[in-house]
Amino acid sequence: MILTSLAVDRAAFTERTGWELRPEGACHGDICVPLPAEAAPGSTIDARMVSERLGMPLLHDDDHGIWALGPASVGGTALVTAALPNITLADIRTGEAFDFASLRGQKVLLLAWASW
Amino acid sequence: MRTELHPRGLEVVTVALDTGGPDAVRRWVDEAGAAHPSTIDEAHLLDELLGVVNVPTGVWIDEHGVIVRPPEPAHARPNRFADQPIPDGVDARTRDALEQVSKLRSESDKYKAALYDWVERGAASPYALPPDEVIRRSRPRTADTATAAAAFELGQHLHRAGHPDAAVPWFREAHRRQPDNWTYKRQAWSFVDRSQGPNDVYDGNWLDDVKAAGAGNYYPALDL
Repeated sequence: MILTSLAVDRAAFTERTGWELRPEGACHGDICVPLPAEAAPGSTIDARMVSERLGMPLLHDDDHGIWALGPASVGGTALVTAALPNITLADIRTGEAFDFASLRGQKVLLLAWASW
Repeated sequence: MRTELHPRGLEVVTVALDTGGPDAVRRWVDEAGAAHPSTIDEAHLLDELLGVVNVPTGVWIDEHGVIVRPPEPAHARPNRFADQPIPDGVDARTRDALEQVSKLRSESDKYKAALYDWVERGAASPYALPPDEVIRRSRPRTADTATAAAAFELGQHLHRAGHPDAAVPWFREAHRRQPDNWTYKRQAWSFVDRSQGPNDVYDGNWLDDVKAAGAGNYYPALDL
């Protein structure tokens, strides 16, 4: 997740990472990690605190003043839950947003490929 | 294949993992003229979100939005170089590359048979895995691989923002932290050299890295 500030919008954080903030802490699938109250004051989350607690690497590009908050390593595997994450990507032909959630009701074969 | 399976309830969605953007891939999509959704993932989100490390990769998702097979090699056709003699007159490095290419595994027949079985039988198919198994089989997520994802994300962001030189150290860090992520390597190499050969920007290149890893490991055997 690319950040321009270490105070991250809560909703954006959940949308991008799949981790939800609940009274018991940050939760994803069956995993809940307690967070101190100061980690999530109001509508933002302190990136440094979630980085530490969830094992999300926080890298800073000094020259360009941006950070990347990486995926959580606390679960030990790339998938924390079998539920498909929120994915919205651009349609190559139209440029319009394609939300993978719109595929419900069908079996889906997602095929990743590349021009390189 | 989609023409046969779509009426039986399967949709195919392609995702181009291409930081180069729609212009880099539109030609192939137009040529294919597919009826299914064709999307592009310039940021390589799928590498992080699902654990994709190479292409072509397939993921199966059921009608309820639950993954029943995590990322694995998904070839549509057998390796057409597998039994072909190497032509005369090619230079040593090309010969070497063709030899490695001939050894890349493609289990297209087995994969398709499993896919057809799932389309036919749904959850009753032995190829549709329960959630715990899907999670277990997904890539390990260590501090190193998580850092690789963050580094690559910075790299692609800078590259797309018009700072390709600033992206390089981040791509290099991603390669260092997760050397078996071929997607991170091939994408970065492609910006320097379309044939992904030796260059002075990155330590690795396709041929030498494949030889070091073993061609048989480039696409691991399917665990059906």
